[in-house]
Amino acid sequence: MVLSEKMKDRIEMAAAALLIGAAVVGSGAMAQRDRDPAYQQAREAGLIGEKTDGYLGFVSSPSPAVKALVDDLNIKRKAKYTEEALVNGATVEEMAFRTGCRLIKERTAPGEMYQAPDKSWKTRDASQPLVDVRCP
Amino acid sequence: MRHGLTMDGNGAIRQNMKKGAFLFLCIAASALPGCVQVSAPDKPIVINLNIAIRQEVLYRLDQASKEVIEENSEIF
Repeated sequence: MVLSEKMKDRIEMAAAALLIGAAVVGSGAMAQRDRDPAYQQAREAGLIGEKTDGYLGFVSSPSPAVKALVDDLNIKRKAKYTEEALVNGATVEEMAFRTGCRLIKERTAPGEMYQAPDKSWKTRDASQPLVDVRCP
Repeated sequence: MRHGLTMDGNGAIRQNMKKGAFLFLCIAASALPGCVQVSAPDKPIVINLNIAIRQEVLYRLDQASKEVIEENSEIF
């Protein structure tokens, strides 16, 4: 079977598009799987939630295990925020806050907890979450 | 050729006189009240560009936050 150059190009492009599509779909599911199961469980159980400042917070007083888990994650988050803030000429708080906006909007699943601008805890549902006016 | 604008000796003097008259008029006009006076301020002019820079930083942070979440999904 003889394929013209144009046909070959088209087939290659279609294959590339398929690969990219699969990668995009995969990344969403991967995000959940990358989490420590204990962390994922605490999120789903509503013990912890996303705060407005870009860190995790306790909705109810935590068990020592959950507290240790969250403290560890928050330290790691702060390290990343610090790195990125430095690169972008911003403060750590600004970087953390901006990421917090995104985390509440894009990374909380229905049933999980997040902090509203008035600092109260809300349960995420299918509707848009309440975010600070400074969020983009 | 008394009235013509020739470039002989007489014409050149005439032109110089015209320039002098024009200069005199300018000086006279500037002495009149109601003229717009523009004077340099004694303080330096400060233009605040911080707002624009801040906006750019915030825009970059939005991109950075996306990347930081994607690259470190286990902690977010």
